[in-house]
Amino acid sequence: MTDVFYDDKFVGNVDNPQQFVEQVKEQRRSSKLPKALNVYYDDLYNEVYISTTTGRAQRPLIVVRGGKSLFTEDLAQKLRNNEITWGYLVEQGVIEYLDAAEEENALTTLSEEELTPEHTHLEISPILLLGLVSSLVPYGNHTNPVRLEMGTKVYKQALGIYTSNYLQRYDTDCSLLYYPQIPILQSFMYDILDYAKHPSGQNVVIAVMSYEGYNMQDSIIINKGSIDRGFGRSTYYRPYIAEELRYSGGLVDEVGIPDKEVKAYRTEADYRYLEKDGIIYPEADVKADEALIGKTSPPRFLGEVEEFSIAASTRRESSVVVRHGEEGKVDMVVLTENEEGNKLVQVRLRDERIPEIGDKFASRHGQKGVVGMIVPEADMPVTSTGIKPDIIFSPHSLPSRMTVNHILEVLASKVGALSGKYIDGTCFDATPEEELRKQLLTLGFREDGAETMYNGITGELMKVRVYIGNMYYLKLQHMAANRLHARASGRIQLLTRQPIEGRAKGGGLRLGEMEKDCLVAHGAALLLKERFDSDKVIVHVCEKCGTLAIYDEYRKKQFCQKCGTGTDITPIELSYAFKLLLDEMRALNVYPKLILESKY
Amino acid sequence: MDDLIKEYEGIIPGKLLEDIKRESKEQSLIKKQVKIVLDKVKEEYENAKIDPGEAIGIITAESFGEPSTQMVLRTFHFAGVAEVNVTLGLPRLIEIFDARKIPETPSMEIHLKSEYKNDPKQVRKIASLIKETKLEDISREFTVNLVKSSIEVSLDRELMRELSITPTLLVDSVQNSLKTVSVKYKDDDALVIKSKSPEGELSDIYRLKEKAKNAHVKGIKGVTQVVPVKTGNEYVIQTAGSNVREVMEIKEVDVENVLSNNIFETAEVLGIEAAKETIIREAVKVIENQGLDIDIRHIMFIADVMTATGNIKGITRAGITSEKESVLARASFETPIKHIINASIIGEVDSLNSVVENVMVNQAVPLGTGLPGLLAKMSAKLEKEDKKKK
Repeated sequence: MTDVFYDDKFVGNVDNPQQFVEQVKEQRRSSKLPKALNVYYDDLYNEVYISTTTGRAQRPLIVVRGGKSLFTEDLAQKLRNNEITWGYLVEQGVIEYLDAAEEENALTTLSEEELTPEHTHLEISPILLLGLVSSLVPYGNHTNPVRLEMGTKVYKQALGIYTSNYLQRYDTDCSLLYYPQIPILQSFMYDILDYAKHPSGQNVVIAVMSYEGYNMQDSIIINKGSIDRGFGRSTYYRPYIAEELRYSGGLVDEVGIPDKEVKAYRTEADYRYLEKDGIIYPEADVKADEALIGKTSPPRFLGEVEEFSIAASTRRESSVVVRHGEEGKVDMVVLTENEEGNKLVQVRLRDERIPEIGDKFASRHGQKGVVGMIVPEADMPVTSTGIKPDIIFSPHSLPSRMTVNHILEVLASKVGALSGKYIDGTCFDATPEEELRKQLLTLGFREDGAETMYNGITGELMKVRVYIGNMYYLKLQHMAANRLHARASGRIQLLTRQPIEGRAKGGGLRLGEMEKDCLVAHGAALLLKERFDSDKVIVHVCEKCGTLAIYDEYRKKQFCQKCGTGTDITPIELSYAFKLLLDEMRALNVYPKLILESKY
Repeated sequence: MDDLIKEYEGIIPGKLLEDIKRESKEQSLIKKQVKIVLDKVKEEYENAKIDPGEAIGIITAESFGEPSTQMVLRTFHFAGVAEVNVTLGLPRLIEIFDARKIPETPSMEIHLKSEYKNDPKQVRKIASLIKETKLEDISREFTVNLVKSSIEVSLDRELMRELSITPTLLVDSVQNSLKTVSVKYKDDDALVIKSKSPEGELSDIYRLKEKAKNAHVKGIKGVTQVVPVKTGNEYVIQTAGSNVREVMEIKEVDVENVLSNNIFETAEVLGIEAAKETIIREAVKVIENQGLDIDIRHIMFIADVMTATGNIKGITRAGITSEKESVLARASFETPIKHIINASIIGEVDSLNSVVENVMVNQAVPLGTGLPGLLAKMSAKLEKEDKKKK
């Protein structure tokens, strides 16, 4: 007696569970039961589960009966001739979908030769053990799994055409690659994905060698000529949004060029691109902190009327300005209203990004790196046939990572480029290396892919042959222009008078505790002091009571609030944060007395 | 020759002088040559000295801090010889430098006197003497007789014979460790334990049963495991559990070579210098085990700081940090309010002599380039003094 559960509800008993399960499966295969129904016999607890619920991931497998695959050569031929479809095979019970539970009862194998009478299913293709993106990595079976995963990770960060209607969209932080190409070396998944409609990389010529030490530690060298011809260029889009909000008391935001009377008015120059309606015009060339949409808001608190203000208006300026450190051209301006009926202005900025030092590039094998140098085309090494590589890749990145597929891709793409064909690099099912070598030889090249090269600067013949060929390269989201940050002076915090934090706000880079330790360890005492001078102040101290005295700059008078004018008052240099600490101690009823002494 | 070497006493350390003396005799050097050697050694020794104002504390901290960040990834690894597990890696390092009273896995390395150390049979016998045997270890079953309010322990005769425990010894030692009970040995390999105090609560007898299980029978208290290990050509006894004092009383043991990893126990039995050596030895053990390379002088420095007061102080707010002279330095390291309030109660003065305080007030730290001052003869009077006279 075996309990049977239907969608986790007990429905009855059967005497012969194996037979029962087989019957259910048969009925499903003959389409008497839905294809989405799965049945599972748990021999440990002696229970049968039938599931028809949503949310179970199913995967297709070829049904095997008596050690023979139901997907015969005859069917395969028909499929090739487009006489039958996938749907037909599912309908006929040649292919069925299993869920995670039913998989427990199945015995599958990868190839038809391995089938035995015990097997119940045959995998359609071994590539199914990989995910969607991992199956895009060519020669995936020739790499370290860690690198395979990195390859997929990197693929997701690649710039390309992320959607076809990008012109109508207002996506934050998105980029579009110029001249995207489809790779020479592909896997069958590229067709399934319709990759040609949204490619995200470019085919380049790559030489595996070092160049003046500028491709150390995973950095790459790019040919300036390739960049000039359009390699790796992209457009960066950023939308800016302003809304005319309504506040209680009938107050509203107002889009328009702000009046000069308005609180926190910027300079006139900042508003120069705004048209009469307060909105910037398309194709305006804007720099950081310039206004895109002029806007004023009502005072924050009702009744916030400044007594001594002559101006009638107490409105605040709240324009939308270009982010700190960014610039670009106005790409599109949209005037509309939102769900609540408020006026909504959207402005999209576009910025052309040409590859520069620090931009990140990667191959499809988890070999990512930043640009270390951009070399003038004339200085690039050249092969005897006059080919100059687009990218120079460091050979040190290969042995420890064991990304053999990276090396194979160079070879395969070289064959493809020379013969004008696409090469199949599908994982487990790719064009074998021997085949590629043979083809390369017949194309008139060395079968190992290496070529004699000449130094581009001196014209000398290089002593060793260089491995050179084609490759598919991806430009990744992380660009130096989005990260670059430095400051000299700028905004400070109100409380501590130390510089504010954060790139977007133009803050400083903190010299933290451990960096401080480094300077101390080097004995660089005066450099350390200078680093921490960002909040230094001169305070006047009463030598009698040791507290802060007052110095009246205007009348040139100094006095202590406690001891009067008769005491010695000396100016000293302190960090403002320490002055704050003394104040806080005083608030704790602790009296910190400063005892002054001559430093010299 | 000896006169010449004597000249250098106090300039070159004694150990080096001795080495030079021995070597020059072996190489049969003449006086002139020895002089050259001595001068060269003196020069090298002077070069090796650390400059005044070198930030040795921070350099030590950085030398430890950098490699230990790598160690974090390999934490919670245990390693040890044959069944004796020893905590290693970062947890052990933290344990040492925090000066925890009892290590997570106390252990000893016992060397034996030269007569015994090469004979595996003897070593095994001595090892069995050291291992602690509890009543529980040699018994099959504990039965509580509620009617007689006694506990009957059925004993494992075989095991007892193996460990050479006689019934009389057993009765004596159980009697000793349980005190207020009467212990009787019955012929059928059973022990009857009965409380001397009159009829207690029912739970008392169960409590007594738990106590009886842990009753000490034989061996050295605290030593739960003993493994003789061959190192080089001698046998060494590795233990789990540490009890230096009692082990040293065993006559076969080489008293000078009983190494415990319990710093506090070592300090108590052998004194603070031994504890210092223990800290160094244990830290080096961890670092070597992890395949890291930290100069031993950094470890020696830490051990010195930890033991300088004569007591072992950890590198914690209760340990060496509380020894700092400066209020501000103490306040900047954990529990600032406590330190500021206490300082205000007794009116402490901070003379800004060290690093942290000077960083806080934005003054040059008294280290490296910030250390030297300027001495100058003043021909003119200070401005302030002039003012006072007026």
